[in-house]
Formats: sequence, C-alpha cells, structure tokens
Amino acid sequence: MTTVRETGGPAKAPGRPAPFTFAGKPRYGERVIRVLLALAAAVTIATTIGILLALIVPALGFFREIPVTDFLFGDRWAPRFAKASFGVVPLITATLWTTLIALVIAVPFGLGAAMLLSEYARPGLRKILKPVLEILAGIPTVVYGLFALTFVQGTVFRQWLGLGTGAFSVLAAGVVMGIMIVPTVASVSEDAMSAVPQAMRQGSAALGANRMQTTLRVVFPAALSGIIAAIVLGVSRAVGETMIVAMAAGSQARIVSGPLEQGQTMTGFIANAALGDSRVGSIQYDTLFAVGLLLFLITLLVNFVSIALVRRYRQAY
Amino acid sequence: MIKDTDTDVPVLKPEEEARLHEQHGVPVHVAPTQKRGKNNDRVTDAILTCEDVNVFYGDFRAVTGVDLDFARNQITALIGPSGCGKSTLIRVLNRMNDLIDGARVEGKVTFRGVDMYAKNVDAIEVRRRIGMVFQKPNPFPKSIYDNIAYGPRVIGMKVANMDDLVEEALTGAALWTEVKDKLKQSAFGLSGGQQQRLCIARTIAVKPDVILMDEPCSALDPIATTRIEDLMAELRRNYTIVIVTHNMQQAARVADRTAFFTALADEGTGDRTGVLVEYGTTTQIFESPRDQRTEDYISGRFG
Ligand SMILES: Nc1ncnc2c1ncn2[C@@H]1O[C@H](COP(=O)(O)OP(=O)(O)O)[C@@H](O)[C@H]1O
Ligand SMILES: [Mg+2]
Repeated sequence: MTTVRETGGPAKAPGRPAPFTFAGKPRYGERVIRVLLALAAAVTIATTIGILLALIVPALGFFREIPVTDFLFGDRWAPRFAKASFGVVPLITATLWTTLIALVIAVPFGLGAAMLLSEYARPGLRKILKPVLEILAGIPTVVYGLFALTFVQGTVFRQWLGLGTGAFSVLAAGVVMGIMIVPTVASVSEDAMSAVPQAMRQGSAALGANRMQTTLRVVFPAALSGIIAAIVLGVSRAVGETMIVAMAAGSQARIVSGPLEQGQTMTGFIANAALGDSRVGSIQYDTLFAVGLLLFLITLLVNFVSIALVRRYRQAY
Repeated sequence: MIKDTDTDVPVLKPEEEARLHEQHGVPVHVAPTQKRGKNNDRVTDAILTCEDVNVFYGDFRAVTGVDLDFARNQITALIGPSGCGKSTLIRVLNRMNDLIDGARVEGKVTFRGVDMYAKNVDAIEVRRRIGMVFQKPNPFPKSIYDNIAYGPRVIGMKVANMDDLVEEALTGAALWTEVKDKLKQSAFGLSGGQQQRLCIARTIAVKPDVILMDEPCSALDPIATTRIEDLMAELRRNYTIVIVTHNMQQAARVADRTAFFTALADEGTGDRTGVLVEYGTTTQIFESPRDQRTEDYISGRFG
C-alpha cells in the first residue's frame, strides 16, 4: 500500500479506487470480419486452382496423343482436317503480330496521354481528357471489333488507301486493339508519373531544365517501374484480347509474315472452335485446352518478367 | 524605392502612405517609427533587388510591399515566423513561383540591373543563373555522377571534360572525398546531409551567380548542419547566397545581412500578409534591432 498522499486538494472519494486493469471488451465484430476476409481469399485461390485444373486435365489428354514438340514447333495448324496437324506456330505468329502492332499504337499514345495529363495539362484540360479516356476504356470489345472490321479494314485500308488486302488483316485488328489499350497504359503510367514527388520537378526546374527535359529525364526514370507495369499490362491485354481478333484478324491459321495478311490468333482459334461442335473428350476438344494452357503460361511469363523489371527499377523516393 | 538609411524618422509621408494603402488594398498597420521595408544599412553592391514586391496566390496576398537589395558575394538571411512569406519571397528571386498555378508577382525584381519579370525574359534562363537548394534534399533518381552532370547537360553547357566538372562541383560542395569511389551508385544511398550537399554540388555545377537556399538544414542533424554552414562560408567567396532559415542562431552564424519579416493581419478580412520589418547587417539586427517586433522575435518573445 502506498503512503504517498496528495495534499492540499479535497479528498476525492472515500475508500480505495478500483484496481486498475487493461482488460478490454471482446471484439466479436473484428473476428467475424477476419473470417469473412479469409473466406474471400480462399475462394479466390480455389477458383484459380480450379481453372488451372480444368485447363490442365484436358490439355494432358491432348499431349498424350500429340508430342509437345510437334505442338510447339509444328508450322501447320489444321486440327479439324482429315489429315490433322497440330503445330501451333501459325497461331503464335498471328498473336505476335497483333500484339506488336497494338503496342506500337498503345505505348506512344498511352505514354503521351499520361505525360500530357500528369505534366502539362491544367486542371481544365484534365477534366475533359480523363473522362474521354474512361469512355474509351468502357466501350465493349465487340464494338471495337466491328469498328476494326468495317471501318478500319473495309473503309480505310481497302477503299481509301487501296491496300489490296482481303476482308481481314492483323494490321486492322492490331491497330484497333492498340486504341483499345491506350487508356490502360495511359492511366497506369499517369498514376506512376503523378506519384513522382513535386520536389524532383522543382529541383530540375531550378537547374534551368525546361518542362520536356524534366519530364523525360527526371519524371520518366523516376516513374519507370510503374511505366513498365503499364506496358506489361498492355501486353497481357493484347495477348488475351479475343473479340477484336476473332472478328477482324481472320480465321485461317497460316503463318503470318506481313501486317496486311489475315491470321488466326490463339484466342481467335479458341473463340471460333469453342463455338463449333467438338465432342467432349475428342482430340479437337482437347486442342482448345492445350492452346488455352499455352496462352495462360505466356501471360504468366509476361507477368513474371514484369515483376522482375518493376523490382529492378523501383525507386524509393 | 523607399529607403531609410540611418535614421528612425518615418520614411513615408502621410500622402505616400495613403497612396500605398490604396495601391495594395491592405492597410499596413504600423506605428510611424516602424515603417515597412526599413533598410538600416544601404546595400551598395546589389546583385538582386526587389522593389515593392507583392505576391499573390489567387486572391490571397501572401507578401506585401517588399523592398530589399541583396549584396554581391554576401550571405543574406531571411528570418521570421512561419507563414510570413519567406519561401514565397525566395521563390520570387528565381521565378519558381511561375510553376505554381495561380501565383502572381507584382513589383520590380532585377538581377544585375535587368528586370527579371520583363516580358521578354525567359524564366528558364533566370534559373540557370540563380540556382536553388530546397528544404528537403531532392536528388534525382540517378547516380551521384549523373545528378551532377544533369544540369550542365540540360542547359547545353559547353563542358570540356564532364568528369572534371563533376569532381570540381563535388569538391566545391565538400562531398568529393566521401563519394569519389561510388560515383556510379544511386544518390538515394547517401545520408540526408550528403544528399543536401549533393544538391548544392548539383547547383554549383551549372555555375550560377546566386544560390537560393530555403531552410536547407531543417531536415538535417546538427553535425550535417554544421558542415553545410561551413560550406556556405566557403561558397560565399564565389557566390551570392540568400538563405531562408527558421533558426536564428544559424542566421547569426552565417549571414552578413539579415532581413526580418512578419505577417500582418488585415484589419478588415483578417487575412495575414508577409511584410519586411527590418533589414540590416546581421550584427545590427541581432545586437541593436530598431523595431520592437524584431527585438521581440530575436529575443524569443514571439514566434
Ligand atoms: N502554393 C501556395 N498556394 C497558396 N498559398 C500558399 C502557397 N504557398 C504558400 N502559401 C501561403 O502563403 C503564405 C506564406 O507562405 P510561405 O511563403 O510558405 O511562408 P514561410 O516560408 O515564411 O513559412 C502562407 O499563408 C501560405 O499559406
Ligand atoms: Mg517556408
């Protein structure tokens, strides 16, 4: 018991105060929330595993009959012919062409838009540009597909430019896909550029750099990891995009050697064939999953490269 | 320009004062012996001059009626309670306020006799001659070497040997011996004090005439602060330095001249605006301030 006493003040209350304790009330709400969150996470993981299994099981069926090397390196894709052939290279070339063309459009325009929004635009212009980009991002891909097929390929390429191409081309599909991806690249890289501290721009300006120099030599390198993430996201979307290529790139699986040729991409093949009448368990049916699995692995690889690059160039301001 | 060189008599005649009130819209509320912008010691060799400078952020008047001359190859300290417009005023001196939306500068600012805010003046050219070091070290996300080389490169300076220039700048900022073996490493690996000296090195690499420093030591520990102060004494030989500091001891230690600012409330709106209270040699300001408010501030009775 303590002997020290407060002096001077009037005695507060008779008797000793209740012994002090840190005990709190039980927080049931918090526990419930934690369980719910864990559940949500579990569902996500389970779904991913489910999708993977659904891909892998039929794909294994496919690879029991067709050697992996024949699939990966074969240059003739004719899964439905009497004399069937399962070389996926033609599909890969079409995917490569459309993806590359899309990037040629999406990267410069996306980064340009990001630069404009983050470094140049006054609030007024931003207020107009941002919603325009969002609208662009909200257009259904089937509308883009239609636009690619009728306007870009039909009107621009064939009528106006007189390019002697058929009804389809990887160029038309790629260009329109690029336009579709611009908002993605723009918005992710704009976030990265806006996150660069103002102090760095001021430091650059104080040395006599103009705005373009500051943007290209200070803001860009500082935001590089985010910009890489934006481009990789664009690549993933281009590789996985289906509707535009199914409608405008063509449906014959031949090796594509020029931008004006038609070609069937991996996604284009899956979309077409899935609508067909392949019997469950047949080799044609399993082919879908082999291509799907390849697509999945490519996307996964792109993501790993992206993570590595983002880590490599991350700046801790 | 209104100047009071050596007396306490009012500088402004009543009709002049009325004109100024009308012109600025702000009743500058001072006793007759405490006229604004009082210069107790005339600057004879001014490199930068401010004449009736007013700065606005939108409708808000942050700084009112500042007359101030900066002497060549001297260190001038700007002191005063926070919010009195020191940062605003120092940004006037290299047109950094141009980068702030809504900021507007009125009045005349000259550098070597040339009006810095004239129509044909390019703010970028101004900043090439009048460099700036900021409150928080702000190195670029580049190597130490490239941080220094950046300025000369962007302004297209003719450099015979960039390695030599980098060494010279780092030596000038008393950083060379510490970093000479890791020039290719990221500047972010340096300590705060080293980063700030890197920012000084980066500034002197473009060979400016004036270096502005806005509280350059406020993010640093006492040892790093001492090193920067020693460095300033060195730099003084070749550069004119203007430093904002909230640390009065620092002003007393490093500055040749000191200008004391305070914020005055508008009688009508209550908006506070920064005014120059007193300007003179550091010794005079600290040992025999002529304005009561200066005395209160430096003796710690205010702010
Ligand atoms: N970018 C800005 N926009 C609007 N008001 C500002 C801005 N910068 C400073 N101010 C205002 O101007 C006044 C002076 O600020 P500042 O120059 O930073 O003072 P100090 O550096 O003396 O603390 C303050 O009232 C501040 O709120
Ligand atoms: Mg300040």
